[in-house]
Amino acid sequence: MLRFALKRLGLAVLVALAVSFATFLLLNLATDPAQAIAGENAEPELVAQIRHEYGFDRPFMERYGSWLADAVRGDFGRSYYWHDSVSQLVLKHAPPTIRLALMALMVTVLVAIPLGVIAALRPNSAVDRLALGIAVSAQAIPNFWLGLMLVILFSVMLPIFPVSGDTSWLHYVLPALVLGTSSVPAVMRLTRAGLIEVMGSDYVRTARAKGYRGIELLARHALRNAILPIVSVLAVQLGQKFGGSVIVESIFAINGLGRLTLQSILGSDIPTVQMLIFIFAIVFILMNFLADVLNALLDPRIRMG
Amino acid sequence: MTNQDKTLAAGLAATAPPPAAEPDFDAQRRQAFWRRVRGHRGLQAGAAILLALLAVAVFAPWLAPHDPNAQSLAYRLLPPAWSEGGSWTYLLGTDQVGRDYLSRLIYGTRISLVVGFGAASIGCLIGVTLGVCAGYFGGRIDSLVSFLLTSQLALPGLLLAMALVFIIGPSLWVVIGIIGGLHWTYYLVVTRTSTMRLRQLDFVAAARAIGSSRRQILWHEILPNLLNQIIVVFTFEVGIAVLAEAALSFLGVGIQPPTPSWGLMIAEGKMAIFHRPWLVVLPGMALFLLVIGANLLGDGLRDVTSPEKRN
Repeated sequence: MLRFALKRLGLAVLVALAVSFATFLLLNLATDPAQAIAGENAEPELVAQIRHEYGFDRPFMERYGSWLADAVRGDFGRSYYWHDSVSQLVLKHAPPTIRLALMALMVTVLVAIPLGVIAALRPNSAVDRLALGIAVSAQAIPNFWLGLMLVILFSVMLPIFPVSGDTSWLHYVLPALVLGTSSVPAVMRLTRAGLIEVMGSDYVRTARAKGYRGIELLARHALRNAILPIVSVLAVQLGQKFGGSVIVESIFAINGLGRLTLQSILGSDIPTVQMLIFIFAIVFILMNFLADVLNALLDPRIRMG
Repeated sequence: MTNQDKTLAAGLAATAPPPAAEPDFDAQRRQAFWRRVRGHRGLQAGAAILLALLAVAVFAPWLAPHDPNAQSLAYRLLPPAWSEGGSWTYLLGTDQVGRDYLSRLIYGTRISLVVGFGAASIGCLIGVTLGVCAGYFGGRIDSLVSFLLTSQLALPGLLLAMALVFIIGPSLWVVIGIIGGLHWTYYLVVTRTSTMRLRQLDFVAAARAIGSSRRQILWHEILPNLLNQIIVVFTFEVGIAVLAEAALSFLGVGIQPPTPSWGLMIAEGKMAIFHRPWLVVLPGMALFLLVIGANLLGDGLRDVTSPEKRN
């Protein structure tokens, strides 16, 4: 088990390195960060001065090396746009995003898993078709549009939830609904497919023969095995929700990491954007790693194979 | 031989089966395919929606009642014709600067379809190349490609796309290039697995045995057999790219005004959402229609090309 975890950890570190290099390369090749800071119409002398002050005139690999060394030590640099250290910014904006992501995950679990279970119990029935219809529709709805529709519905026509802001938990209900819906189709389909497979397996037949029926059969025998892949997909989805929060946060004016990234982009603060994207990727890699380890703990076949 | 025998022989010859009648497997398969298509309502609905929108995009200049960019400040924020204060000249009302909303929606179809097909093609090129190479050559190349895949999946796609579009400078082609360049993982996963399976089969071994080059095998043996799957993935990716463009444009880092992009129209209508909700509702419905059309078609094509994978 330890060997499996260490192997996965090694891979995670390599992926983090690759991702950091790719982001650094893309964002630095696509633009001249000094020009971006100085503004489009700045004097060439000013641009040259900024380039030297920020060290943008050093060779590319040297810059990447020192950036990475700083990042690993926890020094994420300073944002010239926000006039604050990036780590302070992240600490300040992380709580709303974490709250939002967790609530969204709850929405996904509460909607997708029951829907998938109901669909799997009667494949190709009317209920199954309805569930699939919901999944297909949810996949096609632009989530920013869904957010605005919910605002019209529940903030204007039926004023239950506040339109925007992040001061109470009520503020998070609509955003979490939007962000959670985007994961429903994938999780629902997976639950359905996994459960249909398990329900046809020998051990479920054996359990049936022993007289297990209904909820008991489902909970004690079928779901326990079908849940494995769902757990890992949920972890991955949670990782994606951090990066995906940008749209929802900007619609509902939640002062989280996604909105911070958007505003940093619009403020041409490339070094900050680069660090934020790196942090989002690290969160995703970490969630993925945890999912792998959890799966291996629950299923010996994975850690052996 | 008597006369009777002669007539008997002639009769036999006439009714004898035609020599060497090979059953036409291709025709049979084609028939089965069309039978499944006729029985699949989702596929038909998806194809109908996409074809209709394609027609709207192609014939936009003839269909649109007004110039999509013509402003008339006297007729700002008119409601749709059927509600109070609406006018039949502007069937779906007008926006903040008095542009005909129907005409903008019609021209918006062009933007969404160009982005959808353009980005899905770029992603297809990257993903299929990587997937086929990884699946066919295996070994180190496969490990490298799988590592690339894992890394790509770890990147927050939307945020990276936003940043890149912003710093390169937002334009239609930049948006297409970046969305396409970030959406290739689905093609890779599908083609890699299938290529691994195909290369084990006899006809590939036969091609190798008669001395076909690697390139010939990849182009003439492997790729034609992946085509069905690639088309299915492509159809889904069109929908994904359309939604990505809409999201970028909505956030202000995609298609720029005054181009009529549906995502941008939603962003522009957002200011007036409480009094003029149709400005937000209509482009969203257009997006939904296009994406659900693509998804239904994709689901349907998967069902009719590989019926064994239905559940």
